[in-house]
Amino acid sequence: MKDVATHYCAGCGHGLVHRLICEVIDELRMREKTVAVAPVGCAVVAYDYWDFDTTEAAHGRTPAVATGIKRVLPDRLVFAYQGDGDLAAIGTAETIHTANRGENLSIIFINNGVYGMTGGQMAPTTLLGQRTATSQFTRRREKEGFPIKILEMLASLDGVAYLERTSLHSPKTVNDTKKAIKKSFQTQLDGKGFSMVEVVSPCPTYWGMSPVESMHRIETEVVKTYPLGIIKESK
Amino acid sequence: MKKKYLSTGNEACAEGAVRAGCRFYAGYPITPQNELIAYMSRRMEEKKGVFIQAESELAAVNMVFGAAVAGARAMTSSSSPGISLKQEGISYLAGCELPAVIVNVMRAGPGLGSISAAQGDYFQATKGGGHGDYHIIVLAPASVQEMFDLTYDAFALADKYRIPVMMLSDGMLGQMMEPLEFDAEIKPSGVINKPWALTGAKGREAQSIKSLWLGEGALERHNEKLQEKYRSIAKTEVKAEAYKTDNAEVIIVAYGTPGRMARACVDRLAEKGVKAGLVRPITLWPFPHETLRRLAQGTTKFLVVEMSAGQMVEDVRLAVQDDSRVSFYGRAGGGVPLNEEIIRRAAEAVGKKV
Repeated sequence: MKDVATHYCAGCGHGLVHRLICEVIDELRMREKTVAVAPVGCAVVAYDYWDFDTTEAAHGRTPAVATGIKRVLPDRLVFAYQGDGDLAAIGTAETIHTANRGENLSIIFINNGVYGMTGGQMAPTTLLGQRTATSQFTRRREKEGFPIKILEMLASLDGVAYLERTSLHSPKTVNDTKKAIKKSFQTQLDGKGFSMVEVVSPCPTYWGMSPVESMHRIETEVVKTYPLGIIKESK
Repeated sequence: MKKKYLSTGNEACAEGAVRAGCRFYAGYPITPQNELIAYMSRRMEEKKGVFIQAESELAAVNMVFGAAVAGARAMTSSSSPGISLKQEGISYLAGCELPAVIVNVMRAGPGLGSISAAQGDYFQATKGGGHGDYHIIVLAPASVQEMFDLTYDAFALADKYRIPVMMLSDGMLGQMMEPLEFDAEIKPSGVINKPWALTGAKGREAQSIKSLWLGEGALERHNEKLQEKYRSIAKTEVKAEAYKTDNAEVIIVAYGTPGRMARACVDRLAEKGVKAGLVRPITLWPFPHETLRRLAQGTTKFLVVEMSAGQMVEDVRLAVQDDSRVSFYGRAGGGVPLNEEIIRRAAEAVGKKV
Protein backbone atom coordinates (compact mmCIF):
# COMPACT_ATOMS: atom_id res chain seq x y z
CA MET A 1 0.00 0.00 0.00
CA LYS A 2 1.11 3.52 -0.69
CA ASP A 3 1.07 5.82 2.34
CA VAL A 4 -1.78 7.99 1.09
CA ALA A 5 -5.34 8.78 2.16
CA THR A 6 -7.99 7.03 0.05
CA HIS A 7 -11.10 8.70 -1.36
CA TYR A 8 -13.41 6.01 0.02
CA CYS A 9 -16.38 6.92 2.22
CA ALA A 10 -16.41 6.11 5.94
CA GLY A 11 -17.19 2.44 6.50
CA CYS A 12 -16.56 1.42 2.86
CA GLY A 13 -15.18 -2.07 2.29
CA HIS A 14 -12.79 -1.22 -0.54
CA GLY A 15 -10.00 0.11 1.67
CA LEU A 16 -10.11 -3.06 3.78
CA VAL A 17 -9.90 -5.40 0.79
CA HIS A 18 -7.15 -3.27 -0.81
CA ARG A 19 -5.11 -3.75 2.33
CA LEU A 20 -5.81 -7.49 2.56
CA ILE A 21 -4.64 -7.92 -1.05
CA CYS A 22 -1.43 -6.04 -0.31
CA GLU A 23 -0.76 -8.12 2.81
CA VAL A 24 -1.24 -11.34 0.86
CA ILE A 25 1.06 -10.16 -1.96
CA ASP A 26 3.75 -9.31 0.59
CA GLU A 27 3.35 -12.66 2.34
CA LEU A 28 3.68 -14.44 -1.00
CA ARG A 29 6.65 -12.17 -1.88
CA MET A 30 5.04 -11.35 -5.22
CA ARG A 31 5.04 -7.53 -5.21
CA GLU A 32 7.62 -7.31 -7.99
CA LYS A 33 5.79 -9.88 -10.09
CA THR A 34 2.24 -8.58 -9.78
CA VAL A 35 0.17 -6.88 -12.49
CA ALA A 36 -3.34 -5.86 -11.43
CA VAL A 37 -6.33 -4.61 -13.39
CA ALA A 38 -8.48 -1.91 -11.79
CA PRO A 39 -12.16 -1.61 -12.71
CA VAL A 40 -14.44 1.25 -13.60
CA GLY A 41 -16.38 2.01 -10.45
CA CYS A 42 -15.44 3.23 -6.97
CA ALA A 43 -12.07 1.41 -7.14
CA VAL A 44 -11.15 3.05 -10.46
CA VAL A 45 -8.08 4.73 -8.98
CA ALA A 46 -6.85 1.67 -7.04
CA TYR A 47 -3.46 2.27 -8.71
CA ASP A 48 -3.14 5.39 -6.56
CA TYR A 49 -3.18 3.16 -3.47
CA TRP A 50 -1.47 -0.07 -4.54
CA ASP A 51 2.28 -0.08 -4.75
CA PHE A 52 2.52 -2.55 -7.65
CA ASP A 53 1.87 -2.35 -11.41
CA THR A 54 -1.78 -1.67 -12.20
CA THR A 55 -3.65 -0.87 -15.37
CA GLU A 56 -7.02 0.60 -16.10
CA ALA A 57 -9.66 -1.31 -18.07
CA ALA A 58 -12.85 -0.28 -19.82
CA HIS A 59 -16.04 -0.94 -17.79
CA GLY A 60 -16.60 -4.68 -17.55
CA ARG A 61 -13.73 -5.63 -19.86
CA THR A 62 -11.50 -6.14 -16.84
CA PRO A 63 -11.19 -9.96 -17.18
CA ALA A 64 -10.42 -9.63 -20.93
CA VAL A 65 -7.59 -7.20 -20.14
CA ALA A 66 -6.34 -9.52 -17.38
CA THR A 67 -6.45 -12.41 -19.87
CA GLY A 68 -4.25 -10.48 -22.31
CA ILE A 69 -1.70 -9.66 -19.59
CA LYS A 70 -1.59 -13.15 -18.10
CA ARG A 71 -1.18 -14.88 -21.47
CA VAL A 72 1.78 -12.64 -22.31
CA LEU A 73 3.31 -12.90 -18.82
CA PRO A 74 2.31 -16.36 -17.53
CA ASP A 75 4.70 -16.28 -14.56
CA ARG A 76 3.29 -13.05 -13.11
CA LEU A 77 0.53 -12.82 -10.52
CA VAL A 78 -2.36 -11.26 -12.41
CA PHE A 79 -5.67 -10.31 -10.82
CA ALA A 80 -8.70 -8.25 -11.73
CA TYR A 81 -10.47 -6.24 -9.03
CA GLN A 82 -14.13 -5.67 -9.90
CA GLY A 83 -17.36 -4.36 -8.47
CA ASP A 84 -20.82 -5.83 -9.04
CA GLY A 85 -21.75 -3.51 -11.91
CA ASP A 86 -18.44 -4.15 -13.66
CA LEU A 87 -18.44 -7.91 -13.17
CA ALA A 88 -22.09 -8.95 -13.02
CA ALA A 89 -23.79 -6.47 -15.39
CA ILE A 90 -21.80 -4.87 -18.18
CA GLY A 91 -19.00 -7.44 -18.04
CA THR A 92 -21.05 -10.62 -17.60
CA ALA A 93 -19.88 -12.12 -20.90
CA GLU A 94 -16.22 -11.47 -20.09
CA THR A 95 -16.68 -12.92 -16.59
CA ILE A 96 -18.27 -16.13 -17.82
CA HIS A 97 -15.89 -16.76 -20.71
CA THR A 98 -12.73 -15.94 -18.79
CA ALA A 99 -13.87 -18.47 -16.20
CA ASN A 100 -14.92 -20.99 -18.83
CA ARG A 101 -11.54 -20.81 -20.60
CA GLY A 102 -10.04 -21.56 -17.21
CA GLU A 103 -7.72 -18.58 -17.47
CA ASN A 104 -5.06 -18.97 -14.82
CA LEU A 105 -5.81 -15.70 -13.05
CA SER A 106 -7.72 -14.38 -10.03
CA ILE A 107 -10.70 -12.10 -9.70
CA ILE A 108 -11.53 -10.26 -6.49
CA PHE A 109 -15.21 -9.38 -6.74
CA ILE A 110 -16.59 -6.70 -4.40
CA ASN A 111 -20.33 -7.21 -3.99
CA ASN A 112 -21.95 -4.29 -2.17
CA GLY A 113 -25.26 -4.40 -4.03
CA VAL A 114 -25.18 -0.89 -5.50
CA TYR A 115 -23.40 1.29 -8.03
CA GLY A 116 -21.38 3.53 -5.73
CA MET A 117 -19.40 5.69 -8.14
CA THR A 118 -22.45 6.93 -10.05
CA GLY A 119 -24.65 7.55 -7.02
CA GLY A 120 -26.26 4.43 -5.61
CA GLN A 121 -28.17 2.97 -8.53
CA MET A 122 -29.52 -0.60 -8.60
CA ALA A 123 -26.90 -3.26 -9.25
CA PRO A 124 -27.54 -6.78 -10.58
CA THR A 125 -26.74 -7.88 -7.02
CA THR A 126 -29.19 -5.51 -5.26
CA LEU A 127 -31.42 -7.43 -2.85
CA LEU A 128 -35.16 -7.80 -3.31
CA GLY A 129 -36.89 -5.06 -1.33
CA GLN A 130 -33.86 -2.77 -1.44
CA ARG A 131 -34.48 0.84 -2.46
CA THR A 132 -31.89 2.51 -4.69
CA ALA A 133 -31.71 5.59 -6.93
CA THR A 134 -33.04 3.55 -9.86
CA SER A 135 -35.34 1.22 -7.95
CA GLN A 136 -37.33 3.88 -6.17
CA PHE A 137 -40.11 1.45 -5.35
CA THR A 138 -37.52 -1.10 -4.20
CA ARG A 139 -36.27 -4.04 -6.23
CA ARG A 140 -39.29 -6.19 -7.06
CA ARG A 141 -39.13 -9.66 -8.55
CA GLU A 142 -41.87 -8.78 -11.11
CA LYS A 143 -40.16 -5.69 -12.51
CA GLU A 144 -36.48 -5.61 -11.62
CA GLY A 145 -35.91 -9.34 -11.33
CA PHE A 146 -33.81 -11.28 -8.88
CA PRO A 147 -30.33 -10.61 -7.50
CA ILE A 148 -27.71 -12.50 -9.50
CA LYS A 149 -25.56 -15.15 -7.86
CA ILE A 150 -22.42 -15.15 -9.94
CA LEU A 151 -20.41 -17.76 -8.03
CA GLU A 152 -23.25 -20.30 -8.14
CA MET A 153 -23.46 -19.69 -11.91
CA LEU A 154 -19.72 -20.09 -12.43
CA ALA A 155 -19.57 -23.24 -10.31
CA SER A 156 -20.92 -25.30 -13.20
CA LEU A 157 -17.99 -24.40 -15.47
CA ASP A 158 -15.22 -26.96 -15.79
CA GLY A 159 -12.48 -24.35 -16.16
CA VAL A 160 -13.07 -23.01 -12.67
CA ALA A 161 -10.68 -24.13 -9.92
CA TYR A 162 -11.78 -22.23 -6.84
CA LEU A 163 -14.72 -20.02 -5.82
CA GLU A 164 -15.36 -18.66 -2.35
CA ARG A 165 -17.73 -16.04 -0.95
CA THR A 166 -16.63 -14.13 2.12
CA SER A 167 -17.74 -11.01 3.96
CA LEU A 168 -16.35 -8.03 5.85
CA HIS A 169 -18.93 -7.84 8.65
CA SER A 170 -16.78 -9.17 11.50
CA PRO A 171 -13.09 -9.62 12.40
CA LYS A 172 -13.49 -13.35 11.74
CA THR A 173 -14.97 -12.89 8.27
CA VAL A 174 -12.32 -10.29 7.41
CA ASN A 175 -9.76 -12.91 8.36
CA ASP A 176 -11.57 -15.46 6.21
CA THR A 177 -11.49 -12.98 3.34
CA LYS A 178 -7.73 -12.65 3.60
CA LYS A 179 -7.35 -16.44 3.65
CA ALA A 180 -9.57 -16.74 0.59
CA ILE A 181 -7.59 -14.11 -1.33
CA LYS A 182 -4.40 -15.94 -0.45
CA LYS A 183 -5.89 -19.23 -1.58
CA SER A 184 -7.00 -17.67 -4.84
CA PHE A 185 -3.53 -16.26 -5.55
CA GLN A 186 -1.92 -19.55 -4.55
CA THR A 187 -4.31 -21.41 -6.89
CA GLN A 188 -3.01 -19.22 -9.71
CA LEU A 189 0.65 -19.62 -8.73
CA ASP A 190 0.11 -23.39 -8.71
CA GLY A 191 -1.26 -23.15 -12.26
CA LYS A 192 -4.64 -24.65 -11.32
CA GLY A 193 -6.77 -22.21 -13.32
CA PHE A 194 -9.47 -19.66 -12.73
CA SER A 195 -10.49 -18.54 -9.26
CA MET A 196 -12.72 -15.85 -7.80
CA VAL A 197 -13.35 -14.50 -4.33
CA GLU A 198 -16.63 -12.65 -3.90
CA VAL A 199 -16.47 -10.30 -0.94
CA VAL A 200 -19.81 -9.14 0.45
CA SER A 201 -18.97 -5.58 1.30
CA PRO A 202 -20.76 -2.60 2.93
CA CYS A 203 -21.73 0.65 1.23
CA PRO A 204 -23.02 2.78 4.14
CA THR A 205 -23.39 5.85 1.92
CA TYR A 206 -25.85 4.29 -0.51
CA TRP A 207 -27.43 1.89 1.91
CA GLY A 208 -28.37 4.98 3.94
CA MET A 209 -26.97 3.48 7.15
CA SER A 210 -24.12 3.99 9.55
CA PRO A 211 -21.05 1.78 9.08
CA VAL A 212 -22.06 -0.30 12.13
CA GLU A 213 -25.63 -0.73 10.87
CA SER A 214 -24.23 -1.75 7.47
CA MET A 215 -22.17 -4.54 9.03
CA HIS A 216 -25.26 -5.68 10.93
CA ARG A 217 -27.27 -5.70 7.70
CA ILE A 218 -24.71 -7.94 6.01
CA GLU A 219 -24.72 -10.36 8.95
CA THR A 220 -28.47 -10.60 9.33
CA GLU A 221 -29.80 -9.98 5.84
CA VAL A 222 -27.36 -9.97 2.91
CA VAL A 223 -25.77 -13.34 3.64
CA LYS A 224 -29.21 -14.97 3.33
CA THR A 225 -29.12 -14.19 -0.40
CA TYR A 226 -25.36 -14.61 -0.67
CA PRO A 227 -24.36 -17.50 1.62
CA LEU A 228 -20.73 -17.47 2.65
CA GLY A 229 -18.27 -20.29 2.14
CA ILE A 230 -16.47 -22.24 -0.53
CA ILE A 231 -18.72 -22.62 -3.56
CA LYS A 232 -16.30 -24.71 -5.58
CA GLU A 233 -12.86 -26.15 -5.05
CA SER A 234 -11.35 -28.58 -7.50
CA LYS A 235 -9.02 -31.15 -6.05
CA MET B 1 16.24 -14.36 -50.11
CA LYS B 2 12.90 -13.30 -51.56
CA LYS B 3 10.33 -16.01 -52.02
CA LYS B 4 7.11 -15.88 -53.96
CA TYR B 5 3.77 -17.18 -52.69
CA LEU B 6 0.19 -17.18 -53.91
CA SER B 7 -1.87 -15.73 -51.09
CA THR B 8 -5.18 -14.18 -50.18
CA GLY B 9 -5.05 -10.64 -48.83
CA ASN B 10 -6.29 -11.77 -45.44
CA GLU B 11 -3.53 -14.35 -45.11
CA ALA B 12 -0.90 -11.92 -46.41
CA CYS B 13 -2.00 -9.47 -43.73
CA ALA B 14 -1.72 -12.16 -41.04
CA GLU B 15 1.72 -13.25 -42.25
CA GLY B 16 2.88 -9.63 -42.36
CA ALA B 17 1.89 -9.39 -38.70
CA VAL B 18 3.71 -12.61 -37.81
CA ARG B 19 6.86 -11.38 -39.58
CA ALA B 20 6.58 -8.05 -37.77
CA GLY B 21 6.80 -9.92 -34.48
CA CYS B 22 3.13 -10.04 -33.57
CA ARG B 23 2.82 -12.75 -30.94
CA PHE B 24 -0.67 -12.08 -29.65
CA TYR B 25 -3.85 -12.30 -31.65
CA ALA B 26 -7.45 -12.23 -30.42
CA GLY B 27 -10.43 -12.15 -32.75
CA TYR B 28 -13.98 -13.17 -33.41
CA PRO B 29 -15.32 -14.71 -36.64
CA ILE B 30 -16.96 -12.42 -39.18
CA THR B 31 -17.05 -12.51 -42.96
CA PRO B 32 -15.09 -11.42 -45.02
CA GLN B 33 -12.04 -11.67 -42.72
CA ASN B 34 -12.33 -15.31 -41.61
CA GLU B 35 -9.20 -16.48 -43.46
CA LEU B 36 -7.21 -14.16 -41.22
CA ILE B 37 -8.38 -15.54 -37.89
CA ALA B 38 -8.05 -19.14 -39.11
CA TYR B 39 -4.51 -18.48 -40.34
CA MET B 40 -3.59 -16.92 -37.00
CA SER B 41 -4.90 -19.89 -35.05
CA ARG B 42 -2.18 -21.95 -36.74
CA ARG B 43 0.63 -19.40 -36.96
CA MET B 44 0.45 -18.13 -33.38
CA GLU B 45 0.78 -21.72 -32.15
CA GLU B 46 3.77 -22.33 -34.45
CA LYS B 47 5.46 -19.16 -33.20
CA LYS B 48 4.70 -19.92 -29.52
CA GLY B 49 2.51 -16.85 -29.48
CA VAL B 50 -1.01 -16.48 -28.12
CA PHE B 51 -4.18 -17.05 -30.12
CA ILE B 52 -7.58 -16.54 -28.53
CA GLN B 53 -10.96 -16.80 -30.19
CA ALA B 54 -12.75 -14.34 -27.96
CA GLU B 55 -16.39 -14.33 -26.88
CA SER B 56 -16.94 -11.01 -28.67
CA GLU B 57 -15.15 -8.25 -30.52
CA LEU B 58 -15.31 -6.24 -27.29
CA ALA B 59 -13.42 -8.94 -25.44
CA ALA B 60 -10.97 -9.41 -28.34
CA VAL B 61 -9.88 -5.78 -28.50
CA ASN B 62 -9.58 -5.66 -24.70
CA MET B 63 -7.44 -8.80 -24.67
CA VAL B 64 -5.23 -6.96 -27.16
CA PHE B 65 -5.30 -4.00 -24.74
CA GLY B 66 -4.01 -6.31 -21.98
CA ALA B 67 -1.32 -7.80 -24.21
CA ALA B 68 -0.19 -4.29 -25.16
CA VAL B 69 -0.11 -3.31 -21.46
CA ALA B 70 2.27 -6.24 -20.95
CA GLY B 71 4.48 -5.07 -23.84
CA ALA B 72 3.58 -7.56 -26.57
CA ARG B 73 3.02 -6.79 -30.25
CA ALA B 74 -0.68 -7.56 -30.51
CA MET B 75 -3.37 -7.53 -33.17
CA THR B 76 -7.08 -8.03 -33.64
CA SER B 77 -9.09 -8.10 -36.84
CA SER B 78 -12.70 -7.90 -37.88
CA SER B 79 -15.05 -6.46 -40.46
CA SER B 80 -17.26 -3.39 -40.23
CA PRO B 81 -19.99 -4.41 -37.71
CA GLY B 82 -17.31 -5.97 -35.51
CA ILE B 83 -15.11 -2.89 -35.81
CA SER B 84 -18.01 -0.80 -34.50
CA LEU B 85 -17.93 -2.97 -31.38
CA LYS B 86 -14.18 -2.47 -31.03
CA GLN B 87 -14.45 1.32 -30.98
CA GLU B 88 -14.71 1.46 -27.19
CA GLY B 89 -11.44 -0.42 -26.91
CA ILE B 90 -9.77 1.70 -29.60
CA SER B 91 -10.66 4.87 -27.70
CA TYR B 92 -9.11 3.38 -24.53
CA LEU B 93 -6.00 2.26 -26.46
CA ALA B 94 -5.65 5.81 -27.79
CA GLY B 95 -6.26 7.38 -24.36
CA CYS B 96 -3.80 5.03 -22.66
CA GLU B 97 -1.28 5.48 -25.51
CA LEU B 98 -0.99 1.77 -26.18
CA PRO B 99 0.36 0.33 -29.44
CA ALA B 100 -1.82 -2.22 -31.21
CA VAL B 101 -2.87 -3.13 -34.74
CA ILE B 102 -6.54 -3.41 -35.71
CA VAL B 103 -7.51 -4.78 -39.12
CA ASN B 104 -10.82 -3.81 -40.70
CA VAL B 105 -11.69 -5.86 -43.79
CA MET B 106 -14.59 -3.59 -44.67
CA ARG B 107 -18.00 -4.83 -45.77
CA ALA B 108 -21.10 -2.90 -46.72
CA GLY B 109 -23.37 -1.28 -44.15
CA PRO B 110 -25.06 0.30 -42.35
CA GLY B 111 -26.21 -2.26 -39.79
CA LEU B 112 -25.63 -5.86 -40.73
CA GLY B 113 -25.47 -4.66 -44.36
CA SER B 114 -24.01 -7.37 -46.54
CA ILE B 115 -20.73 -9.24 -46.89
CA SER B 116 -19.79 -7.39 -50.09
CA ALA B 117 -16.68 -5.22 -50.12
CA ALA B 118 -17.23 -1.53 -49.36
CA GLN B 119 -15.50 1.58 -48.01
CA GLY B 120 -18.22 2.97 -45.78
CA ASP B 121 -16.03 3.02 -42.66
CA TYR B 122 -13.69 5.83 -43.78
CA PHE B 123 -15.24 8.39 -41.44
CA GLN B 124 -15.24 5.93 -38.55
CA ALA B 125 -11.57 5.05 -39.08
CA THR B 126 -10.13 8.49 -39.79
CA LYS B 127 -12.29 10.83 -37.75
CA GLY B 128 -12.25 9.05 -34.42
CA GLY B 129 -14.81 6.25 -34.34
CA GLY B 130 -14.89 6.05 -30.58
CA HIS B 131 -15.44 8.84 -28.04
CA GLY B 132 -13.00 11.63 -27.33
CA ASP B 133 -10.45 13.73 -29.23
CA TYR B 134 -8.08 11.22 -30.72
CA HIS B 135 -6.65 9.88 -33.95
CA ILE B 136 -5.24 6.55 -34.95
CA ILE B 137 -2.94 5.91 -37.89
CA VAL B 138 -4.97 4.44 -40.76
CA LEU B 139 -3.24 2.52 -43.55
CA ALA B 140 -4.96 1.66 -46.83
CA PRO B 141 -3.55 -1.29 -48.80
CA ALA B 142 -4.47 -1.75 -52.46
CA SER B 143 -2.97 -5.18 -53.17
CA VAL B 144 -2.17 -8.48 -51.50
CA GLN B 145 1.47 -7.36 -51.38
CA GLU B 146 0.49 -4.20 -49.50
CA MET B 147 -1.69 -6.22 -47.13
CA PHE B 148 1.60 -7.82 -46.07
CA ASP B 149 3.91 -4.80 -46.32
CA LEU B 150 1.70 -2.26 -44.57
CA THR B 151 0.78 -4.66 -41.76
CA TYR B 152 4.49 -5.30 -41.27
CA ASP B 153 5.07 -1.52 -41.06
CA ALA B 154 2.01 -0.97 -38.85
CA PHE B 155 3.63 -2.60 -35.81
CA ALA B 156 6.73 -0.40 -35.99
CA LEU B 157 4.56 2.71 -36.31
CA ALA B 158 2.37 1.62 -33.41
CA ASP B 159 5.37 1.09 -31.13
CA LYS B 160 7.20 4.23 -32.26
CA TYR B 161 4.28 6.51 -31.41
CA ARG B 162 2.45 4.37 -28.82
CA ILE B 163 -0.68 4.56 -30.92
CA PRO B 164 -3.25 2.13 -32.37
CA VAL B 165 -2.83 1.58 -36.10
CA MET B 166 -5.69 0.43 -38.30
CA MET B 167 -5.36 -1.47 -41.55
CA LEU B 168 -8.37 -0.26 -43.55
CA SER B 169 -8.83 -2.96 -46.15
CA ASP B 170 -11.96 -4.27 -47.85
CA GLY B 171 -13.58 -7.60 -48.58
CA MET B 172 -12.22 -7.74 -52.10
CA LEU B 173 -8.60 -7.16 -51.05
CA GLY B 174 -9.06 -9.59 -48.20
CA GLN B 175 -10.37 -12.45 -50.26
CA MET B 176 -8.63 -12.17 -53.60
CA MET B 177 -5.44 -14.10 -54.39
CA GLU B 178 -2.31 -12.54 -55.87
CA PRO B 179 1.41 -13.22 -55.87
CA LEU B 180 3.07 -12.18 -52.63
CA GLU B 181 6.80 -11.74 -52.27
CA PHE B 182 8.85 -11.29 -49.14
CA ASP B 183 12.24 -12.11 -47.70
CA ALA B 184 11.99 -15.43 -45.89
CA GLU B 185 14.60 -14.13 -43.40
CA ILE B 186 12.84 -10.84 -42.74
CA LYS B 187 13.20 -9.67 -39.12
CA PRO B 188 10.67 -7.64 -37.09
CA SER B 189 11.07 -3.94 -37.83
CA GLY B 190 11.49 -1.06 -35.41
CA VAL B 191 11.70 -3.16 -32.26
CA ILE B 192 12.14 -0.83 -29.29
CA ASN B 193 12.23 -1.13 -25.52
CA LYS B 194 8.98 -0.47 -23.70
CA PRO B 195 9.95 0.74 -20.25
CA TRP B 196 6.35 1.87 -19.74
CA ALA B 197 4.98 -1.69 -20.04
CA LEU B 198 3.58 -3.34 -16.91
CA THR B 199 5.65 -6.42 -16.15
CA GLY B 200 5.90 -6.14 -12.37
CA ALA B 201 7.62 -3.43 -10.32
CA LYS B 202 11.01 -5.13 -10.22
CA GLY B 203 13.92 -2.74 -9.69
CA ARG B 204 11.71 0.29 -10.33
CA GLU B 205 8.73 2.18 -8.96
CA ALA B 206 5.24 0.75 -9.49
CA GLN B 207 3.68 1.99 -12.73
CA SER B 208 0.14 2.41 -13.98
CA ILE B 209 -1.49 2.71 -17.39
CA LYS B 210 -4.61 4.82 -17.55
CA SER B 211 -6.71 7.24 -19.54
CA LEU B 212 -8.42 8.71 -16.46
CA TRP B 213 -7.13 12.15 -15.47
CA LEU B 214 -9.21 13.71 -12.71
CA GLY B 215 -6.98 16.50 -11.38
CA GLU B 216 -7.65 20.11 -12.29
CA GLY B 217 -6.45 20.58 -15.88
CA ALA B 218 -4.80 17.16 -15.97
CA LEU B 219 -6.94 15.76 -18.78
CA GLU B 220 -6.51 18.92 -20.81
CA ARG B 221 -2.73 18.56 -20.50
CA HIS B 222 -3.02 14.88 -21.48
CA ASN B 223 -5.04 15.88 -24.55
CA GLU B 224 -2.48 18.52 -25.50
CA LYS B 225 0.22 15.87 -25.32
CA LEU B 226 -1.85 13.61 -27.59
CA GLN B 227 -2.43 16.43 -30.08
CA GLU B 228 1.30 17.18 -30.12
CA LYS B 229 1.92 13.54 -30.99
CA TYR B 230 -0.69 13.66 -33.76
CA ARG B 231 0.92 16.79 -35.23
CA SER B 232 4.30 15.08 -35.26
CA ILE B 233 2.83 12.00 -37.02
CA ALA B 234 1.06 14.22 -39.56
CA LYS B 235 4.38 15.90 -40.30
CA THR B 236 6.44 12.75 -40.88
CA GLU B 237 4.31 9.72 -41.69
CA VAL B 238 2.12 10.76 -44.64
CA LYS B 239 2.28 8.31 -47.51
CA ALA B 240 0.63 8.41 -50.94
CA GLU B 241 1.27 7.00 -54.37
CA ALA B 242 1.36 9.67 -57.09
CA TYR B 243 1.08 8.35 -60.67
CA LYS B 244 1.38 10.57 -63.76
CA THR B 245 0.39 13.63 -61.74
CA ASP B 246 2.87 15.97 -63.52
CA ASN B 247 0.92 18.17 -65.97
CA ALA B 248 -2.26 16.16 -65.37
CA GLU B 249 -5.45 18.02 -66.26
CA VAL B 250 -7.49 15.70 -64.08
CA ILE B 251 -6.33 13.73 -61.05
CA ILE B 252 -8.27 10.77 -59.74
CA VAL B 253 -8.08 10.36 -55.96
CA ALA B 254 -8.92 6.88 -54.73
CA TYR B 255 -7.64 4.40 -52.11
CA GLY B 256 -7.77 0.64 -51.74
CA THR B 257 -9.68 -1.30 -54.41
CA PRO B 258 -10.87 1.78 -56.37
CA GLY B 259 -7.27 3.05 -56.15
CA ARG B 260 -5.93 0.12 -58.15
CA MET B 261 -8.84 0.35 -60.61
CA ALA B 262 -8.15 4.05 -61.12
CA ARG B 263 -4.52 3.39 -62.04
CA ALA B 264 -5.62 1.33 -65.04
CA CYS B 265 -8.13 4.04 -65.94
CA VAL B 266 -5.37 6.67 -65.97
CA ASP B 267 -3.54 4.70 -68.67
CA ARG B 268 -6.68 4.26 -70.74
CA LEU B 269 -7.47 7.95 -70.42
CA ALA B 270 -4.01 8.78 -71.84
CA GLU B 271 -4.79 6.59 -74.86
CA LYS B 272 -7.96 8.65 -75.33
CA GLY B 273 -6.07 11.94 -75.17
CA VAL B 274 -6.92 12.90 -71.59
CA LYS B 275 -3.93 13.77 -69.41
CA ALA B 276 -5.01 12.04 -66.22
CA GLY B 277 -3.12 11.24 -63.02
CA LEU B 278 -3.73 9.37 -59.80
CA VAL B 279 -3.16 10.13 -56.16
CA ARG B 280 -3.69 7.05 -54.03
CA PRO B 281 -3.49 7.85 -50.32
CA ILE B 282 -1.71 5.05 -48.45
CA THR B 283 -2.10 6.76 -45.09
CA LEU B 284 -5.71 7.89 -44.72
CA TRP B 285 -4.83 9.41 -41.38
CA PRO B 286 -2.64 11.34 -41.62
CA PHE B 287 -4.25 12.30 -44.92
CA PRO B 288 -1.99 13.59 -47.75
CA HIS B 289 -3.47 17.10 -47.64
CA GLU B 290 -0.19 18.75 -48.64
CA THR B 291 0.32 16.48 -51.66
CA LEU B 292 -3.11 17.39 -52.95
CA ARG B 293 -2.81 21.07 -52.06
CA ARG B 294 0.38 21.29 -54.11
CA LEU B 295 -1.24 19.57 -57.08
CA ALA B 296 -4.28 21.86 -56.79
CA GLN B 297 -2.26 25.05 -57.30
CA GLY B 298 -3.06 25.23 -61.02
CA THR B 299 -6.39 24.52 -62.63
CA THR B 300 -6.26 20.74 -62.28
CA LYS B 301 -9.59 19.01 -61.72
CA PHE B 302 -10.07 16.19 -59.21
CA LEU B 303 -12.31 13.15 -59.39
CA VAL B 304 -12.72 11.21 -56.13
CA VAL B 305 -13.74 7.56 -56.53
CA GLU B 306 -14.93 5.55 -53.53
CA MET B 307 -16.96 2.47 -52.68
CA SER B 308 -19.09 4.68 -50.44
CA ALA B 309 -21.62 7.48 -50.74
CA GLY B 310 -18.77 9.99 -50.42
CA GLN B 311 -16.54 10.14 -47.37
CA MET B 312 -12.88 10.70 -48.35
CA VAL B 313 -14.15 13.31 -50.82
CA GLU B 314 -14.59 15.66 -47.84
CA ASP B 315 -10.86 15.50 -47.10
CA VAL B 316 -10.05 16.07 -50.76
CA ARG B 317 -12.29 19.16 -50.80
CA LEU B 318 -10.50 20.44 -47.68
CA ALA B 319 -7.14 20.00 -49.41
CA VAL B 320 -8.11 21.42 -52.81
CA GLN B 321 -10.08 24.33 -51.30
CA ASP B 322 -12.12 24.82 -54.44
CA ASP B 323 -15.24 22.64 -54.48
CA SER B 324 -15.96 23.50 -58.11
CA ARG B 325 -12.91 21.49 -59.15
CA VAL B 326 -13.75 18.39 -57.12
CA SER B 327 -16.26 15.84 -58.43
CA PHE B 328 -17.26 12.51 -56.96
CA TYR B 329 -18.16 9.07 -58.23
CA GLY B 330 -19.05 6.47 -55.65
CA ARG B 331 -21.20 3.44 -55.06
CA ALA B 332 -22.38 2.51 -51.57
CA GLY B 333 -23.89 -0.72 -50.26
CA GLY B 334 -21.48 -3.13 -51.93
CA GLY B 335 -21.48 -1.64 -55.44
CA VAL B 336 -18.12 -1.49 -57.22
CA PRO B 337 -17.30 1.51 -59.44
CA LEU B 338 -17.05 0.66 -63.14
CA ASN B 339 -13.90 1.45 -65.11
CA GLU B 340 -15.95 2.86 -68.01
CA GLU B 341 -17.74 5.20 -65.65
CA ILE B 342 -14.49 6.36 -63.97
CA ILE B 343 -13.06 7.11 -67.42
CA ARG B 344 -16.19 8.89 -68.60
CA ARG B 345 -16.40 11.05 -65.49
CA ALA B 346 -12.69 11.93 -65.49
CA ALA B 347 -12.96 13.08 -69.11
CA GLU B 348 -16.18 14.92 -68.35
CA ALA B 349 -14.42 16.81 -65.53
CA VAL B 350 -12.18 18.45 -68.16
CA GLY B 351 -14.99 18.91 -70.68
CA LYS B 352 -14.09 15.98 -72.88
CA LYS B 353 -16.20 13.14 -74.22
CA VAL B 354 -14.62 9.70 -74.55
